[in-house]
Amino acid sequence: MAVRKPPITTREYWAPGHAACAGCGCAAALRLATKAFSEAMEEKYGDPNAFAIAQATGCMEVVSAVFPYTAWKAPWLHVAFENAAAAASGVEAAWKKLGRKGKILAIGGDGGTADIGMQALSGMLERWHNVVYLMYDNEAYMNTGIQRSSSTPYGAWTTTSPPGKYSIGEDKPKKWVALIAAAHQIPYVATASVANPYDYIRKMKKAAKIDGPAFIQVQCTCVPGWRAPPEKSIEITRLAIETGVWPLFEIENGDFHNIKIQAPGGGAKVKREGGRVVAIEFKKPIEEYLKLQGRFKHLFKQPEAIDQLREQIKAMWKTLGVEVTLPKPEE
Amino acid sequence: MPIRKVMKANEAAAWAAKLAKPKVIAAFPITPSTLVPEKISEFVADGELDAEFIKVESEHSAISACVGASAAGVRTFTATASQGLALMHEILFIAAGMRLPIVIAVGNRALSAPINIWNDWQDTISERDTGWLQFYAENNQEALDLILIAFKVAEDERVLLPAMVGFDAFILTHTVEPVEIPDQELVDEFLGEYVPKHAYLDPSRPITQGTLAFPAHYMEARYTVWEANENAKKVIDEAFAEFEKRFGRKYQKIEEYRTDDAEIIFVTMGSLAGTVKEYVDMLREKGVKVGVAKLTVYRPFPTEEVRELAKKAKVLALLEKNVTFSVGGALFQDFSRALINEKEKPVIVDFILGLGGRDVTFKDLDEALGIAQKALAGEEFDEVNWIGLRKEIL
Ligand SMILES: Cc1ncc(C[n+]2csc(CCOP(=O)(O)OP(=O)(O)O)c2C)c(N)n1
Ligand code: SF4
Repeated sequence: MAVRKPPITTREYWAPGHAACAGCGCAAALRLATKAFSEAMEEKYGDPNAFAIAQATGCMEVVSAVFPYTAWKAPWLHVAFENAAAAASGVEAAWKKLGRKGKILAIGGDGGTADIGMQALSGMLERWHNVVYLMYDNEAYMNTGIQRSSSTPYGAWTTTSPPGKYSIGEDKPKKWVALIAAAHQIPYVATASVANPYDYIRKMKKAAKIDGPAFIQVQCTCVPGWRAPPEKSIEITRLAIETGVWPLFEIENGDFHNIKIQAPGGGAKVKREGGRVVAIEFKKPIEEYLKLQGRFKHLFKQPEAIDQLREQIKAMWKTLGVEVTLPKPEE
Repeated sequence: MPIRKVMKANEAAAWAAKLAKPKVIAAFPITPSTLVPEKISEFVADGELDAEFIKVESEHSAISACVGASAAGVRTFTATASQGLALMHEILFIAAGMRLPIVIAVGNRALSAPINIWNDWQDTISERDTGWLQFYAENNQEALDLILIAFKVAEDERVLLPAMVGFDAFILTHTVEPVEIPDQELVDEFLGEYVPKHAYLDPSRPITQGTLAFPAHYMEARYTVWEANENAKKVIDEAFAEFEKRFGRKYQKIEEYRTDDAEIIFVTMGSLAGTVKEYVDMLREKGVKVGVAKLTVYRPFPTEEVRELAKKAKVLALLEKNVTFSVGGALFQDFSRALINEKEKPVIVDFILGLGGRDVTFKDLDEALGIAQKALAGEEFDEVNWIGLRKEIL
């Protein structure tokens, strides 16, 4: 009987037994990332295990490494909240001196990357360390109980951006760290989603094989943080892509004129010029994405806030060089 | 043959780093230590030191990169001072808790505000509870030697703790003195190669480092840092003895000078010890029974040696360049604790002086002596005394 080759290695580095919530999108993101990394190492160095991980404090750290247990089957180091990139720099330098072949994977949440870890990240990228930095973006500080980060989207409820008489929830647009990373003119920057695993795996492998720094920002759900049912995690992140909320793109060598956009699906019409995506007409309104999540529930009482979010999303796409049409839901 | 060169303590520290052959150095400039990474980058640029030198964007990342490198199993070194050390504070605990034998050279400098680049010991003293070993150099030779010794002790399996070596801002960092640079082969023999037993990020034997610990385990982890500090006392003595055997220079946790029949013993650290030794020589000529005790090692605190010292004097006069608010200086607290349950103990008088680079003159020491003599005579005295304060501008 013919045995079909699995689409990704059956090797596990993020092993069962970690303590993430059921339906945690970030846990899925880490599992896939390490698998893709391993495949890249196998292809590049002939050794699937030729990597080490340096991780920031955050949900994925506390659920995976509780003494005397560990969910990690790869060499793994946690130092603090803001310094995964700096710690990874040190590990990489040590490996260089030890003559060890392989690559370092640094992992941080949106807080540990977009906020407190921004400086260390910038330093690491600028110094050109041979590190892939993976930002798992669950769009708030989940480990400390769902506080806003600069990567929290406009309008979202968090425990420090509560909607109220004088508040719409989070009142600032999302900070796009991938674009900041790309401004360092590093070889490779990409956004990804656990709802599009093939694209994510491809990007992760590409990043891992590059000599030099790379940055990947992957959107992933947090069940309590997004106030969403666990079984809807992938559906929600897929809707983020299909409604235009979460763009999938690649920027190589800081070339903002040649950003590669991945097709969003969901019936969106993509217009290209000379192979480059210049316009996307989304078919699904962002409301479809928002309505599955309790964190945006209050927005439906103030549709002008949703319109504002739509404008911000358009502006973000414009930065990517793409004119988008974002439909309103049919009355 | 060892060579002698005239150099600043900063250069001596860089030379020590070169001799110790760390594989990774990560550093960020700060006055008065800037010359250390500068000199090291020259060594690296000239191929005299085969190390990765990470030019980080902050001290926080310097120490974080050192933690990463040390966790990956290589010898690491950095240098800083004052605000830079304070910025490392969070990670200093982590380095000690993870038992990583990183060595930092610190040009002891005051902390802001007001901003002040000159010498006192507040920076390293403020880190006394991080679990790091602390050595203080009296002169540039000691700066070099103590860094080598710090590596030796830090990497000892019975210890495995990071260590900092302090030398006074400008008084040493920027002042030239003849320094003997030991032979590389002898240093190699003394230090050996660092072979990590517990910290390695090796894919062929993956381990998890830097975990979370619940209340069921945290206390034990802290205890091992305590225990390692206790173990370090003996290991330091051994390292000092071996250093003396190989290089001919003698070190002790507490170095005593003319203490044998002293009634008053001045206790101090760092370069101030040199000044006080001269002062004591002068007093001895006048027949005043005074001596000096210099702490070369401050953490682990040399409790046993302090108790021995205390048997010799009627008054211990502590001269400190740091403040612990509502207490006096940190040494006052440490000495009080070491002696509190002793049956016979000297009177302890604390002196805070020389903060932020204020010169410590013989006149200041006269003032301290006057108060110590009052204590000796059984008269009333203040326990904590700020010496050399300009009361007219208060
Ligand atoms: C210096 C410092 N400040 C604050 C904290 C508390 N803290 C730990 S994790 C965390 C939030 C983590 O958020 P994020 O990086 O988004 O990861 P997530 O928990 O969402 O996975 C915070 C605020 C800390 N550990 N260190
Ligand atoms: S709290 Fe959120 S991020 Fe953390 S494990 Fe649960 S779902 Fe995942």
